[in-house]
Amino acid sequence: MMDSALLFGIACIGLAMALNVYRLIAGPDATDRVVALDTLYINAIVMLVLVGIRLDTANFFEAALLIAMMGFVGTVTLAKYLRRGSIIE
Amino acid sequence: MIIEAIVAGLVVIGAVFTLIGSFGLARLPDFYSRLHGPTKATTLGAGGVILASMVHFSTQGGLVNLHELLIVLFLFLTAPVSAHLLARAALVRRVKSVTAGSDTADGHRRPDYEPGADEPAKVDVDPAPDTTELSAPDPS
Repeated sequence: MMDSALLFGIACIGLAMALNVYRLIAGPDATDRVVALDTLYINAIVMLVLVGIRLDTANFFEAALLIAMMGFVGTVTLAKYLRRGSIIE
Repeated sequence: MIIEAIVAGLVVIGAVFTLIGSFGLARLPDFYSRLHGPTKATTLGAGGVILASMVHFSTQGGLVNLHELLIVLFLFLTAPVSAHLLARAALVRRVKSVTAGSDTADGHRRPDYEPGADEPAKVDVDPAPDTTELSAPDPS
């Protein structure tokens, strides 16, 4: 039961990442693309955790934590750039 | 067996919430509502899946494994912050909302923001110094 639930979860996250990539390509404004990137890294964390459960290894934990921290820094940087770059210079 | 059922249920709930959040990101009509989907539903979905991971690894090896709590705590702290910064960036860039130009319930007209239609008011933060008082009077 757990194996099929994990397969279902991985399929859901894959579909979610495909939807994020669609918004990343089609987003009319730059802020839409930044939101798509933000959601994409959160989905990558979830995918890593699911694959870690399925392979029964805890080795993906550090990678997930690093993606969480670096992704937040990247999102904040992009938001600051979009805010300052368009109005002040 | 019961642990497997709990883990399977949490994984399914988390994955479905994540999918709903990303579906909202892809389908909602304007930026502000598109910001709404991922920052609530996807964060909750990630919390569910990571909780499933915590339950699974705590019952595997015999000792409690709460490392993943760091990830979920970090996500819960940072998702509102990044959403707030992105919403402010979109307001400054005058990203158009679907309700722009319509009337609110109490009769006010919402501002009709077109991207790039109106330039922001030029604020002269550093005006040229007025040198007329400092200059020497005209001798003639």
